[in-house]
Amino acid sequence: MADSKSAFQATGPEKVYFEALKTGTFQIQRCNACSKHIFYPRVLCAHCGSPDLSWVKASGSGTVYSTTTTRRKPEAGGDLNVALIDLKEGVRMMSRVDGLAPDHIRIGTAVTARIITEKELPLLVFFPAGGR
Amino acid sequence: MSQVRDNLRGSAAIVGVGQAGLGEAHGRTEMEILAEAAYKAVTDAGLRMSDIDGLCTASVNATMWGLPVSEYLGIRPKMVDNTMLGGSSFVSHMLPAALALNAGICNAVLVCYGSTQRTGTFGRKESGQARRFLDPQPYEYPYEPMMPLSAYALAAARHMHQYGTTREQLAEVAVAARKWAQLNPEAFMRDALSIEEVLKARMVSDPLTVRDCCLITDGAGAYVMVRSDRAKDLAKKPVFMLGNASATWHRQISSMPDLTVTAAKESGERAFAMAGLTPRDINVAELYDAFTINTILFLEDLGFCKKGEGGAFVANGGIAPGGRMAVNTNGGGLSCTHPGMYGMFITIEAVRQLRGECGERQVEGAQTAVVHANGSTLSAQATAVLGTEATL
Repeated sequence: MADSKSAFQATGPEKVYFEALKTGTFQIQRCNACSKHIFYPRVLCAHCGSPDLSWVKASGSGTVYSTTTTRRKPEAGGDLNVALIDLKEGVRMMSRVDGLAPDHIRIGTAVTARIITEKELPLLVFFPAGGR
Repeated sequence: MSQVRDNLRGSAAIVGVGQAGLGEAHGRTEMEILAEAAYKAVTDAGLRMSDIDGLCTASVNATMWGLPVSEYLGIRPKMVDNTMLGGSSFVSHMLPAALALNAGICNAVLVCYGSTQRTGTFGRKESGQARRFLDPQPYEYPYEPMMPLSAYALAAARHMHQYGTTREQLAEVAVAARKWAQLNPEAFMRDALSIEEVLKARMVSDPLTVRDCCLITDGAGAYVMVRSDRAKDLAKKPVFMLGNASATWHRQISSMPDLTVTAAKESGERAFAMAGLTPRDINVAELYDAFTINTILFLEDLGFCKKGEGGAFVANGGIAPGGRMAVNTNGGGLSCTHPGMYGMFITIEAVRQLRGECGERQVEGAQTAVVHANGSTLSAQATAVLGTEATL
């Protein structure tokens, strides 16, 4: 398994993913054995078990698969959207839709990824597609 | 499957059950109420603690929980199963317990649990905070979901979108549970509850209000299993394990393939196959209702109705006393008790129903029951089919 493409590297894919976000790159893995994309980043393909994975730049295009608004007290930060986003590549991730009131986000809405900074860390969120 | 079925169907039975510290257990520890429940279950079976030579248990906080439990109870188990799958653990434990009994490794297995998450100094909040470090989820935590609640809210929202399920139908689940709770003197919340009140309750994570969510209580429970040949000589009417299966398809809600289909579909199919029964043969269903959407999902996934028809199934008092199906007859996690991991308590309720011990809420002539438990964020599913001697 000493394949040059193997994800068994000195720097693990979790760190690689978050380091890339810091430099403004949203990338996900694609399996060279079965051609499927995977998320979250792993050392093995969750579809076929292969360690032969490559990083590819994510399209950033997705749709809202489901959405909820957590009703927090104002002093705890107020209402917050939590959404599951299906990316064009066929993977799903938890994120948040910004640019709309939390309770105005609908399932099926087309969204685009953007990396913002929150609590001094990069955070991948989504905005309604075609907006700003 | 047929060989598994022939070997295990009816091969072991629950012969004792006990509960302690339900609701609020002020001034008592988790271990103290667990030990009281264990004592009651062992005594209920007509056994002594020294007869226990197998142990299944799990704790929300302690990873090596089988050790302090053995020590505290003064037992030296030949088999310990400490498997922690969240709330479904104690329904999942039934199968390894039956396997160990049938293999002759041990003769009496105690399955037990206790929690003081409501009144304890290290309660639900502290435990949740600690877990962020002990068991991190770096792809979910940064978005600050209210876990586990938001996971179930996402499932409910998707079910509503895909199948037209309504908030009123979700509320039916809470109201039915409350009506059963009103028949159960042990239930924590027994005041009248209307659909309107559920809908107008404080929204927590849309579309779920606080009344769509289970209670946060203390409580301990225990049951004892032996091989069936021995069960018939013990104190109480045995309740036989006809089928048992567990399934897990994901851990994090963002990794769940389809938020409207749980692994209960798989665990249910396998448990029913082992039992040689179908949902039509079931008299009582105890379905882990941590949130109102759970009951609807499990009615569908276990085959009590078709996918997408769970909302209609529960409408108009469908699962309330006198409805089309007796579901969550103790009042459920929504109104009876929910000490963190609830699978233990639905198992006990099913045993009591099959023994005919349930007073006002007794389902007349109940011979078969399904216990279905859920762990984490719809992640771990465990189904048990139980029956009286007449079903063997």
